[in-house]
Amino acid sequence: MKLAISSSGTTLDDAVDPRFGRAMNFLVFDTDSGDLQVIENRQNLNAPQGAGIQSGQLVAGTGAKAVITGNCGPKAFQVLGAAGIKVFVKVEGTVRQAIADWKAGKLTAADGANVEGHWM
Amino acid sequence: MIISIASGKGGTGKTTVATNLAAVAGIAVYADCDVEEPNGHIFLQPDIEKRVTVNSLVPRVDHDRCNGCGACGEACRFNALAVLPKGVMVFDELCHSCGGCLLACPEQAIREEPRPIGEIEIGSAGVLPFIHGRLSVGEAMSPPLIRAVLEQLPTDGTPAILDAPPGTSCPAVATVQGSDACLMVTEPTPFGLHDLKLAVDMVRALGVPFGVVLNRDGAGDDRVDEWCREEGIPILARIPDSRPLAEAYSRGRLAVWELPELAGLFQDLWHSALSLVGSVVEVKRCAN
Amino acid sequence: MRELTVISGKGGTGKTSLVAAMASLAPSVVCADCDVDAADLHLLLAPEVRERHDFEGGLTASIDPDVCCVCGSCFDLCRFGAVEQANGLFSIDPHRCEGCGVCHDHCPTEAISLERETAGQWFVSDTRVGPMVHARLGIAQENSGKLVSKVRERARQVAEDRGLDLVLVDGSPGIGCPVIASITGADQVLAVTEPTVSGLHDLERVLQLAAGFKVPVSVCVNKTDLNPEMARKIVERAGEAGAPCVGEIPFDREVTAAMIAGKTLVEHGASPAAEAMRKIWDRISG
Repeated sequence: MKLAISSSGTTLDDAVDPRFGRAMNFLVFDTDSGDLQVIENRQNLNAPQGAGIQSGQLVAGTGAKAVITGNCGPKAFQVLGAAGIKVFVKVEGTVRQAIADWKAGKLTAADGANVEGHWM
Repeated sequence: MIISIASGKGGTGKTTVATNLAAVAGIAVYADCDVEEPNGHIFLQPDIEKRVTVNSLVPRVDHDRCNGCGACGEACRFNALAVLPKGVMVFDELCHSCGGCLLACPEQAIREEPRPIGEIEIGSAGVLPFIHGRLSVGEAMSPPLIRAVLEQLPTDGTPAILDAPPGTSCPAVATVQGSDACLMVTEPTPFGLHDLKLAVDMVRALGVPFGVVLNRDGAGDDRVDEWCREEGIPILARIPDSRPLAEAYSRGRLAVWELPELAGLFQDLWHSALSLVGSVVEVKRCAN
Repeated sequence: MRELTVISGKGGTGKTSLVAAMASLAPSVVCADCDVDAADLHLLLAPEVRERHDFEGGLTASIDPDVCCVCGSCFDLCRFGAVEQANGLFSIDPHRCEGCGVCHDHCPTEAISLERETAGQWFVSDTRVGPMVHARLGIAQENSGKLVSKVRERARQVAEDRGLDLVLVDGSPGIGCPVIASITGADQVLAVTEPTVSGLHDLERVLQLAAGFKVPVSVCVNKTDLNPEMARKIVERAGEAGAPCVGEIPFDREVTAAMIAGKTLVEHGASPAAEAMRKIWDRISG
């Protein structure tokens, strides 16, 4: 299955981006094939509003079934929930470590947004 | 003929000026456009004859017709639509009701539904027609409701007095733009002067002729006076810094009723306001 | 690190004067001026600007008259009355343009361009009481809520970076988007009101707004001796709404005198209002 991890970089050794809505990139990792795809999220960095919604839409379009990130706001959470995507928050460190922790079952799925939305 | 009463800073006396002008103006209509915190009704005590719910329009997608093409999401500049594999999600609170998504949909799968954002109340205070808007608590955007209030203004040439919201951004702009003259209410303090300059920039950008009303004259210093003189901005009235006036206000009482000696001041101000209409506005930026 | 947002409902109740006084008293604080379309806190705190950033707002459309075929489609489609017709030509009033792009998307000759403008600036500064994040929204601009979020976000970051305990937010009047953007996620809200019928009316609406955000709210009454009966009524109503009163400040001409001197009230020497503000600070920070 595919995991989407927010990141400020483009490789597995780059850090997890603490932001979901305004993450620089999403690294989509296929746990079956080991393939890594880099999806740029630049267009949402300065979105006047609804960045979380757009990022959620972007990730849903990749076929990812889970998101790993630092903070996820309420609108993003709604979108991901509607798309049936699990969200793992408060994850720090490298993307590689995050994937390993997810595989080892160390991450817990969030049941709601962990931060307030930014306006908007 | 529309006269708006605005200010940059809140609490300078817009409602005091607007309601007292309405009370002495003779033939006029009062419209409270401060839809977030309307206060005019406290002083004018209108009998409300009609209450109208104001709606904005939000899109609803017929998923039987939707082919998932995503054109609606692409069209939306406000990111109010999320196009997901299972369907389109609408975020009503981000929607600006522009209609772009409907137009973009190749399957005509989108229709619009009304969503209440507030209400308008219409009535009269004696012979004075009265209108105000009240934004529902939790709604972020006031301009759509302000526009709905403005739609109620008479078209027969009866002068309208608009009580504007404070500030210089979209709510104040939605109220002041298109008015024939604007009275800028300020106080003789550093905050008053600073915010007056911002408000004057706004009203100049909108091309509306304006003059200043100096409220609580004597309560601060003379830098507002000095600046208005330098800029060639007329101070059309000076309302004295008066404890009895402040106390009457605190009790929700109109100044011209409690302190009839002020009636002349407001009558003169009304005539000055009407004289502003048709004068030319110089568009320039204030030094700030 | 916690965040205290000061709002009022009604304008002119004394938020900024109180915020400045509390900033003088707080040992470890970052100030955030979120009254972005009429910011005044800098007049008392005299910030030295260290960083300047542009703030991008929404889109604005404009018509190229050389390409326009004068079909009037934009005029028919615009729901905001932003398309004007004069002398047989169409143009867009930027103050009415909502930035929706509908005119641009449906123009048969692609005569309409959409530009994202710089809608304002925000700043990170140092002051004698601590760091300050503030902003200036451009003339007649929208998106004030987004700018407020930016200011708060940065203020929280500064507090974290410098190990400061409190982010003190000077909010704006009303209940609309800039106020919502100031309250969401705050740890505490203080509503400053005045003992007038208008003050009570507006306070009730802003308390209703704050209740929706599940953040603890307290109230204080400024210029309280103007109408003690009204002050009492306000304290009672606020209490019923779950917003306890943390203090009352008497009307005091020293407030204006301090403003004119460019000082916070507690820096300006002893006065009944300064004393009352100290007490409020003690209760709020305790």
